[in-house]
Amino acid sequence: MFVRFFNALGGPLIRFVQYLGEVVFLAADTFRSLFTHRLRWKLFLNQIVEIGLLSQLVVVITGGFTGAVFTAQTYFQFHKIGMGSAVGAVVSVAILRELGPVLTALMVTGRVGAAMSAEIGTMKVTEQIDALRALAVYPTDYLVVPRALAMMVSMPLLVAECIAVGIAVGYFVAIFLLEVNGTYYMANMVRWTRSRDIIMGLSKAFCFGILIVFISCHKGLTAREGAVGVGRATTEAVVNASLAVLISNFFLTMLLNIIYPAGYQ
Amino acid sequence: MNAQNRQNGSMIAVNGLVKTIGAQEILRGVDLDVGRGETLAIIGRSGGGKSVLLKHLIGLMRPDAGEIWIEGQNIIDMSERNLASIRQKVGILFQGSALFDSMTVAENIAFPLREAGERDAKVLRKRVSEMLEVMELQGQEEKMPVNLSGGMKKRVGLARSIIRQPSCILYDEPTSGLDPVVSDSINRLIRRLQQRLGVTSIVVTHDMKNAFHVADRIAYLHEGKIYFQGAPEELRQSPDHILQDFLLGRSDEQLTPKAFGVES
Repeated sequence: MFVRFFNALGGPLIRFVQYLGEVVFLAADTFRSLFTHRLRWKLFLNQIVEIGLLSQLVVVITGGFTGAVFTAQTYFQFHKIGMGSAVGAVVSVAILRELGPVLTALMVTGRVGAAMSAEIGTMKVTEQIDALRALAVYPTDYLVVPRALAMMVSMPLLVAECIAVGIAVGYFVAIFLLEVNGTYYMANMVRWTRSRDIIMGLSKAFCFGILIVFISCHKGLTAREGAVGVGRATTEAVVNASLAVLISNFFLTMLLNIIYPAGYQ
Repeated sequence: MNAQNRQNGSMIAVNGLVKTIGAQEILRGVDLDVGRGETLAIIGRSGGGKSVLLKHLIGLMRPDAGEIWIEGQNIIDMSERNLASIRQKVGILFQGSALFDSMTVAENIAFPLREAGERDAKVLRKRVSEMLEVMELQGQEEKMPVNLSGGMKKRVGLARSIIRQPSCILYDEPTSGLDPVVSDSINRLIRRLQQRLGVTSIVVTHDMKNAFHVADRIAYLHEGKIYFQGAPEELRQSPDHILQDFLLGRSDEQLTPKAFGVES
């Protein structure tokens, strides 16, 4: 009975470990190439536009409405015990440490990760990647390096934008809709928010960017034949990257909290 | 012939190549020699492993066993990055042309030069228009691949693979899916490139007209091995029934009424 249990467990487990290995090797290959081969600036700048510039609307809307609703909900609770002006501190720390990085990462996964795996997957199934190789171009250099680098640059900026908009919208909701005293709101927010909260948010952003870009590119590069193959690769890229963001977020929080502890100390 | 001899005489030498994909044994020990400047046609049934064999020759696929020598270098143990030097010598035309669909015709053709470090826009433009002239595609620079017909795509693909003047060109089904007139123009193009550039060519095809038109020598790939190789005339006159069935396009299935579920 045990044998059968381990047999049933073994196959998927080995496949899972193999999958993780492939993603890590792709990442290692990319970083090696990043430092040893020349960067294709044009492709890198194209990806900055694609990932960074064009994702802004989505990120701003996400940040804005999350900040608004989080402020309102916190106020409803805090107001009852006369702590309305402490809302600003809660909102800013929560958005900096958790909501900003995670929500931005999820939106970028949906917008950028899906596009990456679909584009690379289509190139794979139409032999365009084989054509690159046949023309003596290493696919990682050409396809993955510009995307990875653009993601590492864009993600912290996008998250910073999301956080800034979230906190600003939260302020307006608190002051003009919920009629909290603006001076106390700001004073509490500034007092309880530390620079380490900002560092934590941006560190998370960087890590999430790396997870998204390698999971998506890997799915594209290993896409199976046909439209079904590309569709499946795209879906799996989005699902896996989203899960990776959510799961790693917990461990990143625990780890980074040792380095940048929360709270007023 | 041993490996040492091959290094001198042959452009490409293949030794006991074995490849299994999934549960299917595609190649079961292929031996092949291609001399410098020669044009070899590899014919065989669809799905018989011709394209797989071709992709092995520039390291796009890795064999399970066997050796591949290209100009005296065994490419089997080369890393993907080191293969780049081989791939500059050997160009390939893919079955589906494999044009980069995000680039225009001109960008596609200029791609290998640009990657090799050529930055001068004037030089690039001149080389591209030369290539388009050879391919009889003048004035199509700014078109996108989606707007090209099958025959035009093949010619653009061919232009892209020969712009860096390789010493060997591999053609994967150059005439499949094309009408007879366009097929003929592709055949003439292959001939012309041989004469003008003196390149070694390997043409994988199941189009017999294509094979007889371009080849100096024909190899028949059957059940994962080279079943026959020789001059086109030898093939035509061979009494072997497997070869004759293929040449005449006879299937060995018996079409009895029963096969269609009809009682006679």
